[in-house]
Amino acid sequence: MDLAPRTPQELVDIIAAAAADGVPLGLSGQGTKRDWGRSVSFARQVTLRGFSGIVDYAPAELVLTAGAGTPLAEIEQALAAEGQHLAFEPPDLGPLFGRGANQATIGGVLATNLSGSRRPFAGAARDFFLGFSGVNGRGEVVKAGGKVVKNVTGYDLPKLIAGSFGTLIALTEITIKVVPAPETSCSAVLDAVAPDMANACMTQALGSTADPSGAAYLPDRQLVFRLEGSGPSVAYRLQVLTDLLRRDMRVLAEAPSRELWREIRDLKPLKVQNDEIAWLLSAPPVAFSGDLCKLAEQLPGLRFLVDWGGGRIWLTHGLTALDPAMRAVHSLLRQGGHATLVKAPADWRQSDLVFSPDVPVALLQKVRAAFDPMRLFNRGRLHTDL
Amino acid sequence: MLMPPPDSAALEAAPEFVAALRAALGPDNVMSDPRAMRPYESDGLTAYRQIPLAVALPRSTAEVSAALKIAHRFGIKVVPRGAGTSLSGGALPLADGLLLGLGKLNRILDIDLSNRCAVVQPGVTNLAISHAVAGDGFYYAPDPSSQIACSIGGNVAENSGGVHCLKYGLTTNNLLGLEIVLMDGEIIRLGGKHLDSGLYDLMGLFTGSEGLLGVITEVTVRLLRRPEKARALLAGFATSEAAGAAVAAIIGAGIIPAGMEMMDRPAIHAAEDFVHAGYPLDAEALLIVELDGPQVEVDDLIARVSAIAVSHGGKGLRISESEAERLLIWAGRKAAFPAIGRISPDYYCMDGTIPRSRLPEVLARMTQLSAFHNLRVANVFHAGDGNLHPLILYDANKPGELEAAEAFGADILRLCVEVGGVLTGEHGVGVEKRDLMPTMFNEVDLQQQMRVKCAFDDGNLLNPGKVFPSLQRCAEMGAMHVRGGQLPHPELPRF
Repeated sequence: MDLAPRTPQELVDIIAAAAADGVPLGLSGQGTKRDWGRSVSFARQVTLRGFSGIVDYAPAELVLTAGAGTPLAEIEQALAAEGQHLAFEPPDLGPLFGRGANQATIGGVLATNLSGSRRPFAGAARDFFLGFSGVNGRGEVVKAGGKVVKNVTGYDLPKLIAGSFGTLIALTEITIKVVPAPETSCSAVLDAVAPDMANACMTQALGSTADPSGAAYLPDRQLVFRLEGSGPSVAYRLQVLTDLLRRDMRVLAEAPSRELWREIRDLKPLKVQNDEIAWLLSAPPVAFSGDLCKLAEQLPGLRFLVDWGGGRIWLTHGLTALDPAMRAVHSLLRQGGHATLVKAPADWRQSDLVFSPDVPVALLQKVRAAFDPMRLFNRGRLHTDL
Repeated sequence: MLMPPPDSAALEAAPEFVAALRAALGPDNVMSDPRAMRPYESDGLTAYRQIPLAVALPRSTAEVSAALKIAHRFGIKVVPRGAGTSLSGGALPLADGLLLGLGKLNRILDIDLSNRCAVVQPGVTNLAISHAVAGDGFYYAPDPSSQIACSIGGNVAENSGGVHCLKYGLTTNNLLGLEIVLMDGEIIRLGGKHLDSGLYDLMGLFTGSEGLLGVITEVTVRLLRRPEKARALLAGFATSEAAGAAVAAIIGAGIIPAGMEMMDRPAIHAAEDFVHAGYPLDAEALLIVELDGPQVEVDDLIARVSAIAVSHGGKGLRISESEAERLLIWAGRKAAFPAIGRISPDYYCMDGTIPRSRLPEVLARMTQLSAFHNLRVANVFHAGDGNLHPLILYDANKPGELEAAEAFGADILRLCVEVGGVLTGEHGVGVEKRDLMPTMFNEVDLQQQMRVKCAFDDGNLLNPGKVFPSLQRCAEMGAMHVRGGQLPHPELPRF
């Protein structure tokens, strides 16, 4: 049974008890992404879903404040009613982990810095995270950042908390920047494109005034560009893209285009099976190439979904041995980048290469200790020593 | 402004320290003669001056590392400095500290248009990056008003904004990678040419950390395709409420302009007298809106913005039909600071952010404060994101006026926090707003931030006396005693 505090004081008490007993706490929202990270389990599991509800939403100020446990769906609904949205379009990873769809909380999305296809063009979750209140591992209620869109007062701690997987602060309240949703959108689809050609097309398009807000290469070799904005702008930029690429393309109107990008966002085209492995790579966009296909020998059943104009690659494959798989995936990062093992059996996820830290762990430990000196929160989830 | 008292041990060790620096960096790159160090005595906040203990001008990351190792060994404080354009005193030297100037690290290392990024050294100016890629149709988006002079390293340290950051973001939203040297000389690399590295976002933490966590020695910035077209619109309003309502309506219509600036009556008059841009002198508020993108998009949106301005009482509308007209609309706004400089011997530029809906109330209270302090104030305002720049007019030669201007400025910033805003939108805390930090953060919040500093600089040697109103020893803050389920500071209110 999860501990479910409803007030910051209840959360402080839980943390104080954990500190006194020396017992670490598992922190989560709805737990949809609980299996993302090293396999660790906790005798005491705390859910922050009790901190739920929109506290303040001022559309004209482009700011929304909510409890960290507020369902993402509730926030998206409130924004849609005002013609706004979360520009970083967070994926719903629940189904990837065999859990329900539409369960995620805003706190969980921010804690994993989870961003979708618009990331290179609009920013990541971290770019929209303006401020927070929460409790640190010392049991102190701490706030940082602010509730306005432009603020440089003090350290930008929201950036540090974004992607920290609940190892620094137990979030109770968050403030995010929200923006107007695009008036209209469409997609251009190119069929049967080879990987190297897809990369060349994406590089051309992203460096052009076609100004796409999505550029993805799907497992069935479809190359898709999304264009968003006012009607005349989208029509014009579609023409720019057509003239630039000089290839046959199908145009998807707004409704099917939105549906396609929702599927891409949630990794549906990858069709990841329950017993399959999934990796998330971030790399210089032009580094993505046909080399990817050569990994098929080492990685059985290899499929990949390229997003962010080549900058992000979701890889999936069937069960094999960990070390060769790890080597194969990291061989893709010769020009720099980063790989995370997102979905794998528990024994794979005991490795410290799940998040493959690229800065000295000793430094990360010091940062962690600044918030949670006893390593009470999600101990070991990121690394054995974190 | 009280700085930490000079450490007599550091002053005594100075000759030996300087000799060690000269041996490591070469004699030409280290200064200790007070006359030679005069150019480094202040930054853009010229009210504060201090000759440092020594100045070092390293030429490479290795030399930065060597200088920091030496300072670390001697226990001597270090103040990093880019181009020295900070408006908050972030690069104000310390009498017992080394000033580390990054100006000689001024090369563009790599321009990678396929990956839409550039790798540059910290001393490269903001505008030089855009110039280097202009021929290929690209640019670096953040454009602080000092962009001709300010360095990219300083931009990262301060998380600089600019007129266009409503649409294109601050520095932090336009970075891919950093190389940092920590106080003990350790060199770390964060990010690269890819996005979102995973684990703790140290790059996001370092950006805007005001030189307190590490010294930036290399920056990888994102480049954007320059928009095809930009057009500007100008309108006068009878009240700031009406202008503010027009801004809210533009955003409510789903339009995020490239720039959206407001000026109040004193600022309009000062600017018009100076550059004769044709600003409406009978208006209480003036709004400038710039749209950029493809021509069809800009034409479409500017027509909509124009209709919104008119329906909210906008008068004397001008819409640029040429690049010359666009620049003329901007001329007064861009010259606002020197225009104020013409009508007052000195001025003090403030930088708070407020929820935009509170603007009329804040302006009314500012008028009362102006009467109370007996000093005039003019306002320019990044209207889209609520970032206010009140310019307080004073004469430093009149006894007490600088102090009155500072007191007025502090009152304005307290007001910003009171209405739900923040102390600084883009200029940084530095020494200027250091002592106001407790109006926004309580003791626990500040200690949390100071503990983050301790993780990188446990001796408090990097840029001490900035940002935090009190210096606390890391060892004192780090201890965590748990007795009978009681956590530290049981006496402190938790909420």
